[in-house]
Amino acid sequence: MLIIGEKINSSRKSIKEMVENKNTEFIRELARKQVECGAQMLDLNIGTIRKNEPENMQWLVRTVQEAVDVPLCIDSPNYEAIKAGLEVYNWDKGKALINSVTAERERLELILPLVKKYQCSVVALTMREEGISHDSKERFKIADELVKKLTDEGIFIEEIYIDPLTLPVSTNIQNANIVLETLKRVKDSYPQVKTIIGLSNISYGLPERRLLNQSFVVLAMVFGLDAVILDSTDKNLMALIKATDLLLGKDKFCKQYLKAFREGRL
Amino acid sequence: MVELKELSEALFHGDVLKVKELTQMALREEVEPREILEQGLIKGMDVVGEKFKNNEIFLPEVLLASQAMYGGLELLQPTLVKSGVKARGKVIIGTVKGDLHDIGKNLVAMMLKGGGFEVVDLGIDVSPEKFLRATQEHKPDIVGISALLTTTMVGMAEVINTLKREGFRDRVKVMIGGAPVTQEFADEIGAEGYAPDAASAVDKARELINNT
Repeated sequence: MLIIGEKINSSRKSIKEMVENKNTEFIRELARKQVECGAQMLDLNIGTIRKNEPENMQWLVRTVQEAVDVPLCIDSPNYEAIKAGLEVYNWDKGKALINSVTAERERLELILPLVKKYQCSVVALTMREEGISHDSKERFKIADELVKKLTDEGIFIEEIYIDPLTLPVSTNIQNANIVLETLKRVKDSYPQVKTIIGLSNISYGLPERRLLNQSFVVLAMVFGLDAVILDSTDKNLMALIKATDLLLGKDKFCKQYLKAFREGRL
Repeated sequence: MVELKELSEALFHGDVLKVKELTQMALREEVEPREILEQGLIKGMDVVGEKFKNNEIFLPEVLLASQAMYGGLELLQPTLVKSGVKARGKVIIGTVKGDLHDIGKNLVAMMLKGGGFEVVDLGIDVSPEKFLRATQEHKPDIVGISALLTTTMVGMAEVINTLKREGFRDRVKVMIGGAPVTQEFADEIGAEGYAPDAASAVDKARELINNT
């Protein structure tokens, strides 16, 4: 399971302030902490800061890469910000993950050349111009189109991360089921395609969000999840993922689990 | 005798059946429809909004309470129309062009309805032209615009400019909201109202209506 740290996201007020004030030490510390807790990649999302997103993204990429050695997930709906972030990216630290393209033609056509140019991985959201479907069959249909389109363009199938879109269960009680069913459909048809979810959105609007996040990640793993954007500083959550990986037969000789035990991470 | 307090409490608890039953009873007992609306339904939704703002209740409970409110409102509507009780004001609301997020917008629309406003929901991905046409058609007091993305929130200014260009700007107040939106941004684009959450949006809308 690829663990992607979610914390450098400007929808959290403190992060917004720290990015606006260019607080290098704060951001570096947050990057280090997430990696220490087991993040293998860090997500950078400053979508809620309106001004200078490209410039801010460049500052973030540089600042974070000076502090840690993991690759980054450049997360923005804004093409200019993704482009700017990739321009200063240090490729010695591993392949970047672009987050994201959708089946919206305009967005796809803008971002596709970047994926090709830098040969990075890419997240593909199962949505179109008209919005997000509440039907897993429809979401799979979009995933199917995206996989075909991206591989036709020469993107390796293993570099595609399908995101079935996690919406809060507080607004529609079927929202978790829709994700799980979409994951299953994608994995049944394309075992080589990767899958990814942003975990925390599932619990929006409810108390004790960690509990729901923990349950949901286990379920998603059963249905074929490969990568997850989450709070890696949640120790219980990280231990649960280790245990689930083991139970699903993905941790040979229980190596990772035992390593985590000896490091006091369980 | 129906106690309207009981009605507002049933609404708060999201008890659709009880809300309907009590509304029906109140109507039979010929309680003033305005009283039923204000002391029963609106009062209940005010408590919902307040408690939601203070994190004492949660999103699904708000949605359930809104359903209960709709249940009561549906029964009350014909009598309200007949007796000429007017809504506190009319609001058209939509998520700005290019933006498909609707949770916040729906919540505000619900709370406004619960607050006694007539609400026309234009949905998501609403172009400035569509806002304009809806303004011409519905003659609202307030135009509400929602956005969740910094890339789309700039479109709010376009809506305001379109209303200005077509001569409708002075006839409406504009309210904006959404995660990246701030009071500062509202001032910058010349929107009269900004609210950080759904309950405050109702207060803001009431304030804007009362000042006209």
